[in-house]
Amino acid sequence: MSYILETRGLTRTFGAVTAAADISVAVERDSVIGLIGTNGAGKTTFVNMVTGYLKPTAGTIWFKGQDITPLHPRQITRRGISRSFQIPQLYGSLTALENLVVAFGIVLRNAKASPFGRVPKLVPGHGMPLREAAEAMLDRFGLSEFRDKPASVLPGGVRKLLDIAMALTVKPEVLMLDEPTSGVSSEEKFAIMDRVMRAARAEGATVLFVEHDMEIVSRYAQRVLAFYDGRIIADGETASVLADEEVRRYVIGGGGRQVEQGVAHAQDR
Amino acid sequence: MTAENRTPLLLLAALVVVLVIAPVFPQWQFLATLALAKGMTVLGLLLLLRTGLVSFGQGLYYCLGAYAAGTVGLHWGVTDVFVLLLVAAAVSAVVAVLLGFLLAGYRGIFFAMLSLAFSMILYGLLVKVSALGSTDGFNVAPPTFFGREIAGKDSQYGMFALTCVIVFLTTLAMHRYFQTPLGRLSPAIRDNEIRVEYLGASVRGAVHVKYVIAGVLAGIGGVLTAMTVGHIDPEMAYWTTSGEFVFVAILSGTGNVAAPFVGAFIFELIRTYAYQYSPNTWQMALGAAMLLTILFLPAGLWSLYERLRKV
Repeated sequence: MSYILETRGLTRTFGAVTAAADISVAVERDSVIGLIGTNGAGKTTFVNMVTGYLKPTAGTIWFKGQDITPLHPRQITRRGISRSFQIPQLYGSLTALENLVVAFGIVLRNAKASPFGRVPKLVPGHGMPLREAAEAMLDRFGLSEFRDKPASVLPGGVRKLLDIAMALTVKPEVLMLDEPTSGVSSEEKFAIMDRVMRAARAEGATVLFVEHDMEIVSRYAQRVLAFYDGRIIADGETASVLADEEVRRYVIGGGGRQVEQGVAHAQDR
Repeated sequence: MTAENRTPLLLLAALVVVLVIAPVFPQWQFLATLALAKGMTVLGLLLLLRTGLVSFGQGLYYCLGAYAAGTVGLHWGVTDVFVLLLVAAAVSAVVAVLLGFLLAGYRGIFFAMLSLAFSMILYGLLVKVSALGSTDGFNVAPPTFFGREIAGKDSQYGMFALTCVIVFLTTLAMHRYFQTPLGRLSPAIRDNEIRVEYLGASVRGAVHVKYVIAGVLAGIGGVLTAMTVGHIDPEMAYWTTSGEFVFVAILSGTGNVAAPFVGAFIFELIRTYAYQYSPNTWQMALGAAMLLTILFLPAGLWSLYERLRKV
């Protein structure tokens, strides 16, 4: 079986510290995978390695059968892997609309120069001018009312959504989200995830998301990778991983009621 | 109509107005031409500033453009204005492409100081080359347009008009450029390079292109100055000249492509009058102007226009 994304023996050390050790994962197209683990377990290091922010000390990363390990973030993005960040990476002095206009502008330039012939449909010359494409994306994420506000003054949840919208402008085949609901109120988190998952599915993106909230994981992930001390200690269907004794002891810890609800929710589903 | 869309019309109106009224004020034509030529260099600096980069070395290309054109005139007798402009732009572009490979990887104080270092290297070379007049420099022959002198002994108008047209076309092109995807990358790179890379664009490549454009604009500014003054010397690459461009850029603000020319004209006015009425302390007047700008108009003179427009 061919996987859209595959890592083999991915390892990253910082001096004497091993942030990720021997991570081998195979990701099927169209799947939604939750990455869980305590702080420092290696989740973000894994995302950073796959997206080119960190180069692995050892191991390889394959995307659609091609080795992308040595590529720069921009090259990986052009191939079809995009990401959002735990701290949203926006253009603070530009408005929400301008942020997306810049993003679609880059997509346009890359589409013209792309050797892969991937032409996103929201691209000028292919049906939609830059500004309209940006407005459509804002509308899709329910952000139209913030269109003329500078990104630096937007509320936390809006910044998260805009960051994810920026990542989606490149029409990725794999979308990696680093804690999409962190710093967001509990009332907002499901609304944000609903919008994100809807948009990602509409683009046909395979989604991997780092998350500490087990309610979110159990509701949206089909499969869970549990990280502990730089390694994956459990990999499987959401309900079974969340119910795993080792995962409950080392990863979820005293999550108590939230974990019970999460497991029940995943089992019901 | 948005401010962005209004700019070309305003530029065209400004061109027509200055070309019509300039003959009435012949005594101002030299100063205005010089201000426009320097404004061209500052326009390049505006592009870099919008990208979050400060260059203290635009004197390098300002001097290089002037010397390239001057040398072609000196050794081969070429005086045609378009040929000289092309030579200045081409030489500046080639040097900027080469230096850009190094400079595009630096930011902040390192970019500023490295750019300054290169301009001082050129200064150091020129003062040693006696064939190019050493510290005295050399005179530049009056420019011609299809064999005819543009500016006569009594009139500066031809050179002024030519400079106005070149400035108009360049400013229009830069205005358009800022609306292209590559142009829009300037504030994006200034704000967040990580996001630019994670959208699939090369920050280094974009900075390199912008550095080359800024170099070419400075080169054109240099040759226009050379043709206006009729003389060039290594001082054009000296750090004080580069500092003057940064001064004008701060005075002008980065709000509009026309701002550098307004700022350069006001700078020349302040300097001329300060020198005339207080020859020993004229620098104080410039210092005071800078102080007042930073205190009351931190976004530059252009922000005053923006404020008035909103009122």
